Amino acid sequence: MAGAVDGLFWFLAALSAALSVLIFGLLIAFAIRYRRRAPGERAGVARIPLGLELAWTFIPLGIVLAIFGWGAELFIRQLTPPPGAMTVYALGRQWMWEVQHLGGRREINELHVPTGRPVRLIMTSEDVIHSFFVPAFRVKRDVLPGRYTTLWFDAVRAGEYHLFCAEYCGTKHSAMIGRIVALPPEAFGTWLARDEGDAGQPLATAGERLFGALSCTTCHGRDDTRGPSLNGLFGRAVRLRDGSVTTADEGYLRESILQPAAKVSAGFRDEMPPYQGRLSELQVLQLIAYIQTLGAAAPP
Amino acid sequence: MTDADADAETDTGTATTAATVTTDAAGAKSYLNAGFGVTSWLLTRDHKRIGILFLVTLTLFFFVGGLFAVLMRIELLTPPGEIFQSETYNKLFTMHGVIMIFFFLIPSIPTVLGNFLIPIMIGARDLAFPRLNLLSWYVFVAGGLFTLAAVVAGGVDTGWTFYTPYSSVYANSRVVLAGVGVFISGFSSILTGLNFLTTIHTMRAPGLTWFRLPLFVWSIYATSIIMVLGTPVITITLVLLLLERTLQIGFFNPSLGGDPVLFQHLFWFYSHPAVYIMILPGMGVISELIAAFTRKRVVGYPFIAFSSIAIAVLGFLVWGHHMFVAGQSVYAGMVFSLLSFLVAVPSGIKVFNWTATLYKGSVSFQTPMLYAFGFIGLFTIGGLTGLFLAAMGLDIHVHDTYFVVAHFHYIMVGGMVMAFLGGIHFWWPKITGKLYPEGWGRLSALIIFVGFNLTFFPQFILGYLGMPRRYHAYPEELQILNVLSTAGASILGVGYVIPLIYLFWSMRYGRTAGANPWAAQGLEWQVPSPPPVDNFETRPTVTDEAYAYPMRGDPAVQEGMRKTTEMPP
Repeated sequence: MAGAVDGLFWFLAALSAALSVLIFGLLIAFAIRYRRRAPGERAGVARIPLGLELAWTFIPLGIVLAIFGWGAELFIRQLTPPPGAMTVYALGRQWMWEVQHLGGRREINELHVPTGRPVRLIMTSEDVIHSFFVPAFRVKRDVLPGRYTTLWFDAVRAGEYHLFCAEYCGTKHSAMIGRIVALPPEAFGTWLARDEGDAGQPLATAGERLFGALSCTTCHGRDDTRGPSLNGLFGRAVRLRDGSVTTADEGYLRESILQPAAKVSAGFRDEMPPYQGRLSELQVLQLIAYIQTLGAAAPP
Repeated sequence: MTDADADAETDTGTATTAATVTTDAAGAKSYLNAGFGVTSWLLTRDHKRIGILFLVTLTLFFFVGGLFAVLMRIELLTPPGEIFQSETYNKLFTMHGVIMIFFFLIPSIPTVLGNFLIPIMIGARDLAFPRLNLLSWYVFVAGGLFTLAAVVAGGVDTGWTFYTPYSSVYANSRVVLAGVGVFISGFSSILTGLNFLTTIHTMRAPGLTWFRLPLFVWSIYATSIIMVLGTPVITITLVLLLLERTLQIGFFNPSLGGDPVLFQHLFWFYSHPAVYIMILPGMGVISELIAAFTRKRVVGYPFIAFSSIAIAVLGFLVWGHHMFVAGQSVYAGMVFSLLSFLVAVPSGIKVFNWTATLYKGSVSFQTPMLYAFGFIGLFTIGGLTGLFLAAMGLDIHVHDTYFVVAHFHYIMVGGMVMAFLGGIHFWWPKITGKLYPEGWGRLSALIIFVGFNLTFFPQFILGYLGMPRRYHAYPEELQILNVLSTAGASILGVGYVIPLIYLFWSMRYGRTAGANPWAAQGLEWQVPSPPPVDNFETRPTVTDEAYAYPMRGDPAVQEGMRKTTEMPP
């Protein structure tokens, strides 16, 4: 993706340079050729044909429409992670990045990723708005409190890259930085399996324990009983009580845990208690990771 | 003499030194000699004096805002950020932004040159509501005092954008004071915009049809539409922000049930059009300068006039391009991106028409024209780099980096401040009756052009390399470009101080200008310099198009000024 972004950048740089040379060249040429030679000099009559006015109205219009299309197409590609992307969770808070791998490893201001495999980040903030920015990968996405935003990139070459917070977030905004460490797949596998004192349980395991502790199973069981069954829910289309349809992605699960009344599934009553303020962002992530493991098979 | 005139006479009656009052040939007192006491200025309803009041106030704010910029650039000489605390640095860029945007750029050309020139350019005695005009200045000063009080009381550290929930919950600085200051100053914009709209609609001289208006008047008209329609939105947004901050009423804070992105929508709904409040009057000034210093009617007059209106209208519909990465829907983003690209078309029309005006013109290189050249060059670069930012896929990378900082400074400082200085130099002889030293004028225009480019061009590269804006400390590999930028800023600073000195100097020692030192067309050049209190002895009647310069080999156009005849009593 970085190459594709640079392609547009350098195209625009070349276009800008060409137009600047044209305009500055004409300005300078006219200014010299038609400089005032005597104080009382008059200007000559010069008719600008209407065709010329129309040309410099509609040719630029065509050019900018083309650039619009190019930029929009690129944007959509940058928003759509390829299948098989590795999911990692990131929490922004004043003034640090906390990264949680599915397997349980946790990092502060660092993110280890494998090369050659797309990485998809699901991000939220615990306080103000931050923005996850990796210049080398040409990616940036605001990290907002109260919702998930996502971003994906593909580290082609192994190495270390800057990670910046790009949305002003208070006193130590410029210290909310870190690094992305891209490792070859084998080295990354080794890193992921290692425990440097930061590894907790795999997220899904912690989520399963929490799921039990919160007695979620009372309503969300093997079948639709009081609450809808969560088996095979993730990624599926869900019909809501008001007739609309939504996709059960991370954002939907988060909202339905914290504020269940916002989107109630068709055929169910709005009776689940809201967990807003009772769960940390990490706990919500654990529950979501667990729910994703619930395939069509009955929960163990 | 009307009742209003008689009113004005008694109000400015503190001029007990009337014996020393100089009069021009026609026997009318110049507006500068119509009274000398403090109250003759502070209670004046003369649009020209109110323009001067604004000029003095804005100059003060410009140099205060500039001082903050200098301190920032000094800090950024070295990567680790070792001179100021992070907190102090954050306050510096916030106050720089708040003061420059709300207390210099937005009011600059409309309140100074607009106030001084609009009535004269349309052949009127004053603006439609002289008292409202004075009120506008007082409201502006009140807003400015609140903002300065916020600086003195410890400063604000939210960035000029006041993004929530940082500003409404987390910031420990004088957000309320500064917010109230900006809130109040907004009313000044509304009053001034309303006054211009009414005046331009109802008080044009006989014969002065819309398409005979100077292009400066068109640009101020377009600007006033934005001021009147847009400013209430920022006003109410600040009220919501202050309510959330003081009373914890949830609008933007998600933990109170609010939506932080809603603030950004509301903020930019005004603040993007505000960019056009800042640049449109500059474009108007440039049209006047190009005409006067090529002695030609500007090519494509109706295209330039309508492109101002097009920019004002489109400008209201592009605010979401500030939020491509903020979590806004993709489809909304695409609409905003498309509309943003459309703004490029009317902007391009202006640049092409200005350039074409030089063709077969009689081009002189006096100071105001140097500023006009500078404007076209820098605005072109600023506008073209806007295409990078409007392209969604590319904006992801350069958003919130120094690329954006460079882009908007090319428009705001390279464009707007150049136009402001060009206009001040062009009309200075009219305003003061004195000529400034031409050599110093050209020198400082050159210094500003060089200093500006050295300051801001490296910032495009910094942004592409990924340096985020509002960073107190930065990676070491970016130091060289930052040092270049700071070096440029010191040159730029010198460039701005020189005109301040020689313009002041010229008020006392400058040569007498005469009514029309540039041999320019336009009603303002037909009245004495400085203009008399009532502008015109008798109401002028306009029979020609704007910029009716006599042309080579065109006997149809008579030598001399725009033809005017006295109106029958």
